[in-house]
Amino acid sequence: MRKELEKYFRTEKLPHIWCPGCGHGILTGAVVRAIDNLKLDQGKICIVSGIGCSSRAPGYLNFNTLHTTHGRALAFATGIKLAKPELKVIVLTGDGDCAAIGGNHFIHACRRNIDITTVVFNNNIYGMTSGQYSPMTPQGAFATTAPYGNIDRSFDLCKLAQSAGATYVARGTVYHIPQLIKLIEKALLHKGFSLIDAISICPTYFGRKNKMSSPVRMMEFIKDACIPAKNAEKLTKEELAGKIVIGEFYEEFAPEYTEEYAKVIEKAREGK
Amino acid sequence: MNSKAILMQGNEACVEGAIAAGMRFYAGYPITPSTEIAELSAEKLPKVGGKFIQMEDEIASMGAVIGASLAGLKAMTATSGPGFSLKQENIGFACLTEVPCVIVNVQRGGPSTGLPTLPAQGDVMQARWGTHGDHPIIVVSPSYVKEVYELTIRAFNLSEKYRVPCILLMDEVVAHMREKVELPDPSSIKIINRKKPDPTIKEYEPYKDCDGDGIPPMANFGEGIPFHVTGLIHDITGFPSTSATVTEALITRLMKKIYDNLDDILDYESIFTNDADTVIISFGSTARSVMRAVQIMRREGQKIGMLRLKTIWPFAHRAIQELSSQVKNLIVAEMNFGQLVEMVKASAEGRFYVAGINKFNGELIAPNEIISRTREVRSRA
Amino acid sequence: MGERTEIRLSGSGGQGLILAGIILAEAAILDGKNAVQSQSYGPEARGGASRAEVIISDSPIDYPKVMQPDILLTLTEEAFVKYKDNIKSNGIIIIDSSIRKSEPPVKIVSLPIIETANKSVGKVIVANIVSLGALIAVTKIVSKKSIEEAVMDRVPKGTEELNRKALYAGFELGEFQQKQYKNK
Repeated sequence: MRKELEKYFRTEKLPHIWCPGCGHGILTGAVVRAIDNLKLDQGKICIVSGIGCSSRAPGYLNFNTLHTTHGRALAFATGIKLAKPELKVIVLTGDGDCAAIGGNHFIHACRRNIDITTVVFNNNIYGMTSGQYSPMTPQGAFATTAPYGNIDRSFDLCKLAQSAGATYVARGTVYHIPQLIKLIEKALLHKGFSLIDAISICPTYFGRKNKMSSPVRMMEFIKDACIPAKNAEKLTKEELAGKIVIGEFYEEFAPEYTEEYAKVIEKAREGK
Repeated sequence: MNSKAILMQGNEACVEGAIAAGMRFYAGYPITPSTEIAELSAEKLPKVGGKFIQMEDEIASMGAVIGASLAGLKAMTATSGPGFSLKQENIGFACLTEVPCVIVNVQRGGPSTGLPTLPAQGDVMQARWGTHGDHPIIVVSPSYVKEVYELTIRAFNLSEKYRVPCILLMDEVVAHMREKVELPDPSSIKIINRKKPDPTIKEYEPYKDCDGDGIPPMANFGEGIPFHVTGLIHDITGFPSTSATVTEALITRLMKKIYDNLDDILDYESIFTNDADTVIISFGSTARSVMRAVQIMRREGQKIGMLRLKTIWPFAHRAIQELSSQVKNLIVAEMNFGQLVEMVKASAEGRFYVAGINKFNGELIAPNEIISRTREVRSRA
Repeated sequence: MGERTEIRLSGSGGQGLILAGIILAEAAILDGKNAVQSQSYGPEARGGASRAEVIISDSPIDYPKVMQPDILLTLTEEAFVKYKDNIKSNGIIIIDSSIRKSEPPVKIVSLPIIETANKSVGKVIVANIVSLGALIAVTKIVSKKSIEEAVMDRVPKGTEELNRKALYAGFELGEFQQKQYKNK
């Protein structure tokens, strides 16, 4: 780790609990590098998580950090942001945390366009409970609760976020780190709800069940499957099957929730 | 607000009390019979620079309330029956992380969707044990509209003082009725705020019992001292631990900070208990029926007294143990199948004959029902 | 009427009887008395049976519900049939004249409340305020001055004159009936 990044970590809490080859450390590093590149005020950043492997990240980060209940990070984060809009609120969550148990909070946070940056550490599996299928597990993949192959269809989190009202939506991966850092930076600068679907790897549970137990093999899989959003536009649905489209999908400048609430306060006070 | 007598609804008095106590954040989800609390908070909070948000469900409401409180605002949510069930997990989070907040539960008939517009007192045990694990909690219950105002302020004060969620356990009768109240001058109201850490300290240990009272000073997010909050068992630094020693020390402290302060937390009213042979125990709107029944029976020369609990949890064992030896019967009147009566039996330790008056059909217990049951209990062989 | 007077206002949802109950309780407070108002209603916002209860007393009010009313006002036949038998023996029932009187258990006063609201005042929606005027003229349960003040405080801005007219029309209905009654 670069010396100048150490101030962002609670170094005494390291090493982390993640398995060897897990992508989450790389993603956490990308978040920290984006914060450092933007020279954001460390004391005014609040990082909120739910439950799961991803949600252990805030414990290692030297900010105001809140490790909440499963799926509810965005609900707690909404309370913090509305109470103190001057705080920069970042939610680090997993695919199960965000898209399953927390799915309702996710779409409503998008809808409100509240100024929160959400980074989903998306490893397509429940890692903490050792390998059950999540709403992001691809159809046909194996998991401990899908021993005959997963029949559930998975979400496209970016499309979900965009149609629910999020105003900055992008996808990056644990393999394309410089791009991911740039995307997170853009999300952090964006006023409104921003989503980064960050594709991670879980060699221990997803990999082992799906003939990719080495981290290198999983990284190669991501490298081969990814295709930039611009290129994807020209492809048919059939050609896109099995591909991971990465890059920026959507950016819109729309009224932000806490700024709108400030106007409510003005209106209510005028009416006094 | 002047101190002129006005007609006020229970739910309205709750919002007035909350704002007087310093509530500046409300998150909720509409549910009968608590909805007026959300509506009035939406109207009144922005006028005092506070924030209101209608969340997507009760789980999110409870989460947002805890988030706002960590950011430094006094926060409240209100709900009923099914919504109270949904909030339980996050109430447990607030218990363990010691985040002050007030949860209003306007009890309606249950279980499940039950009787949405009709009263009950069926959540007595849920208010104490609704969330999993050993945990402390304070529950207060008003009988009069004016008392809704007073106990809402008290709920905030207790919550801030002890860093514990406080539940205002109302029922549909007291929440929806309107009655004459005279609100006090706001300057005369005692307000308690959470104690904060010394701003000059370099190392903040958010769960260290610095003052020996079991209540660690609480910093707000974004005010200089970064710290970690987790729903995992944690040590004094706030970080997770699975150590048996740390776990035992934490749970013990959480319990002790409440149970060592019963003098401050317990609140009950004894009426005509000095010479009574029979004492009727009640709370909430049921206590008003008991009051009428007791007055009628006293006029007839019968030695009946009453004990009205304003703090429901922790349970006021002492109020029962202090009753003098001429008391023979205790009768517990409650709009449920028999919940508080079990606590009374435990307190009585066989010293008194304990009976219940229970109604769970969506109707308030009527004074004549209390009178006839009391007659029955007193005349038993 | 004793220290505690129990009043039940009944009709169908949307007739504004809960508001009438609130206004009546506020008028009692303006008279310096204690008052409690409560209501019961079904899940529907309009239609269905609706009931407002007011208790007025010189001393503090403990039991907040009506046990046996001293005064019952009903605007619908359904409510009349439902509530007419639960009334104190010296109580009084005020009904809209559209309701068929069955065996009156107590003194019963039939007044064209809805018709007056509709024709004399011009809006059936103010039947609740006409009711209040009539009820007070017949029972004197609160002062005319206080009820007028309470009505003016509660009704929506811009409808004050309409409601005042309705209240006065109610007074007149009740007073005319009382004169007739005495002359009999």
